[in-house]
Amino acid sequence: MADYQNLFTQVQAVGPSNLGVPLGEGNSPRTGTDLPQVHLFGRLGMPQIGPIYLGPLGIASIIFGVLSINIIGFNMLAQVNWDIVQFVRQLFWLSLEPPAPEYGLSLPPLNKGGWWLMAGGFLTVSILLWWVRMYTRARALGMGTHVAWAFAAAIWLFLVLGFIRPVLMGSWSEAVPFGIFPHLDWTAAFSIRYGNLFYNPFHALSIAFLYGATLLFAMHGATILAVSRFGGERELEQIADRGTASERAALFWRWTMGFNATTESIHRWAWWFAVLCPLTGGIGILLSGTVVDNWFLWAVKHGVAPPYPAVFPPAVDPATLLQGVKP
Amino acid sequence: MSNRLFGAAVALLAAALVAGCERPPVDTVQRGYRGTGMELVYNPRTELRVAEANQAPAVTPPADSDAGPKARDIYKNVPLLGHLSVAEFTRVMAAMTEWVSPEQGCNYCHDPAAMGEDTKYTKVVARRMIEMTQHINADWKPHVAATGVTCYTCHRGKAVPQQVWFKAPPQDKRSDFIGDLAGQNQPMKMVGMSSLTIDPYSLYLLGDQTIGVGAATALPTGHVASILHTEETYGLMMHMSAGLGVNCTYCHNTRNFKSWESSPPQRTTAWHGIRMARDLNNAYLEPLTKSFPANRLGPLGDVAKVNCATCHQGVYKPLYGAQMAKSYPALLTPTAAKAVADGLPPPMAEANRSVLYFGVGSATLEGEQAKGLTKLIATLAATPAAKAQISGYHSAAGEKASNEKLAKDRAVNVRDAIVAGGIAPARVVLDKPLQVGANVSGEDPAARRVEVTVK
Repeated sequence: MADYQNLFTQVQAVGPSNLGVPLGEGNSPRTGTDLPQVHLFGRLGMPQIGPIYLGPLGIASIIFGVLSINIIGFNMLAQVNWDIVQFVRQLFWLSLEPPAPEYGLSLPPLNKGGWWLMAGGFLTVSILLWWVRMYTRARALGMGTHVAWAFAAAIWLFLVLGFIRPVLMGSWSEAVPFGIFPHLDWTAAFSIRYGNLFYNPFHALSIAFLYGATLLFAMHGATILAVSRFGGERELEQIADRGTASERAALFWRWTMGFNATTESIHRWAWWFAVLCPLTGGIGILLSGTVVDNWFLWAVKHGVAPPYPAVFPPAVDPATLLQGVKP
Repeated sequence: MSNRLFGAAVALLAAALVAGCERPPVDTVQRGYRGTGMELVYNPRTELRVAEANQAPAVTPPADSDAGPKARDIYKNVPLLGHLSVAEFTRVMAAMTEWVSPEQGCNYCHDPAAMGEDTKYTKVVARRMIEMTQHINADWKPHVAATGVTCYTCHRGKAVPQQVWFKAPPQDKRSDFIGDLAGQNQPMKMVGMSSLTIDPYSLYLLGDQTIGVGAATALPTGHVASILHTEETYGLMMHMSAGLGVNCTYCHNTRNFKSWESSPPQRTTAWHGIRMARDLNNAYLEPLTKSFPANRLGPLGDVAKVNCATCHQGVYKPLYGAQMAKSYPALLTPTAAKAVADGLPPPMAEANRSVLYFGVGSATLEGEQAKGLTKLIATLAATPAAKAQISGYHSAAGEKASNEKLAKDRAVNVRDAIVAGGIAPARVVLDKPLQVGANVSGEDPAARRVEVTVK
């Protein structure tokens, strides 16, 4: 078992592919029976590819998703005059932009944000269908629906950014463009417009949960790898029947930080941290512009932003000194 | 075997990820209170390269401006620099040649057969640029302080300054069905390779779109600024950052970009700089459009215009603040202001442009001033399609309403003078009375004027 003490999986179980359990009434057949096994995939996870369960929801979701990606991609391709080389070179800059502010929530012409609305609409339908699919597939396997609800937390943030907040603000132009650098520039502009998101407490919470989730994941992953020589990777067994692996892992954390999660509860910790990251982040975005217009001033008002000694001589807005000159 | 392949793939991916980064180490300079992120980041290797390219040339000491005959007594057609002594005049001309056309020499602007004639467009432009330099040094002290500017600040030995801007040509959308770029998302050096708007200059340095986007109150109180508007301002700021080789923290406190109270003093200088660039583009460069040949104009037929990088060229102060201008007193104050003692400045009489000056509170063309229209009327007579555009100006002193009437009366009188010269009234267009933002200091003879441009 010392082979588990490595960044990548050293041992790959190679054998006949596992087709899974027989499916009951009302289920579609699964796709793929002659399943390939890829060594490189086995380095990171299972070498076996498939079988995948598509079903009507999956197929509909993929159709809407492909439509959306194609609208975005063909718009970008048209932006560079259908030149594949330029498409690749400028891909990080290219973007499908939402309608301009003057259109508000009305339907803009196709090439003035109409494509964006369509791509966003199709992408939303695709994602929601995929969510239902995750929910029903989990139920079909007799599982809990934790994955679906975690996904729902991410969908909440997606909907806040692209739908709920723009509707509350009365303008599609408030939404995020579909592009790599453009969506990053949107993020920076958003922070500048609303007086520094650093002072938005929900943004702070979201970051705490984001970093917290990665920290917990690293701690948990490292702990399990470290006790795998005692069978610690068999976590479900350890939950029901605590063995020396669990004892040692727990003792390690009590020694080093005085407290430990259990083999079961660590997964609840990680799940809540991950789920709360987009939930709180979405709240922070939703409040910007609708309820709070300048987070720095809000933080000053509520004693969150500390005062610092003045370093520069106080400056005055020159626009207030010169009449008739626009700021 | 597959192990090695896998390792090679990981190494290649890592190399690709860091390929776009600058090589460390970089220097950071603390600028505000500790722990607040108020730092300037410099790459010493880049700084070295920039420093080499931004050295001021040696200057010769000014000649005695009172000794000997005046330039206007010896040379013809020297309305701007005629008050200089011949020695000083020659020195300024030689310096301008070194600054602007060291390879082409005097003949870049002058017709060797008739040095005094305005036969070459470059001479007309150069004269206007001298006026612009005087205007900057006299009226834009909040930005250029006592350092001032010379032709070299922008030109650097090139006939056309290397960092100028033209209006971005609109995207060819063909049937306008798919692929709208919305005027952004193209990698441009001038906006720091960001995906922001590719032409913030037309909005802010030609137009006067509001720059500030942040809200002045914690809770919404009716302040409207869209994210798109914010991105446009952001594009201008990226240009300033790239053009001056500084970070945001050079002018802003990063805690709160909007707040003036905690801003470094450089922000005030920059504020005036934006207005200065806007003033120069509107009052000096745009009106020169007709004077330039087509090959000097942009894709939309617009004249080359200035932004922050035109002077700064990647440095926080152009030429690291070298004190060049003080050695050229002729460039420091507008000639018109100097001439106030002997009445009005001489009129500007060019083929495509005339500037006529008026007495305090007067709307009549006095004495010499009317002659300033002769060449312009000849041009209009020779090109029947051309139109004359008249803008009346007034000085800042006095009441607004009477000043506007005065500016209008002056413009109307100039129109009558052109019509009296045999040009059809329909070909003379009157603009609204103008008052440039820069002219905030009381009675200024250069402000009491009418400008006529052939369009």
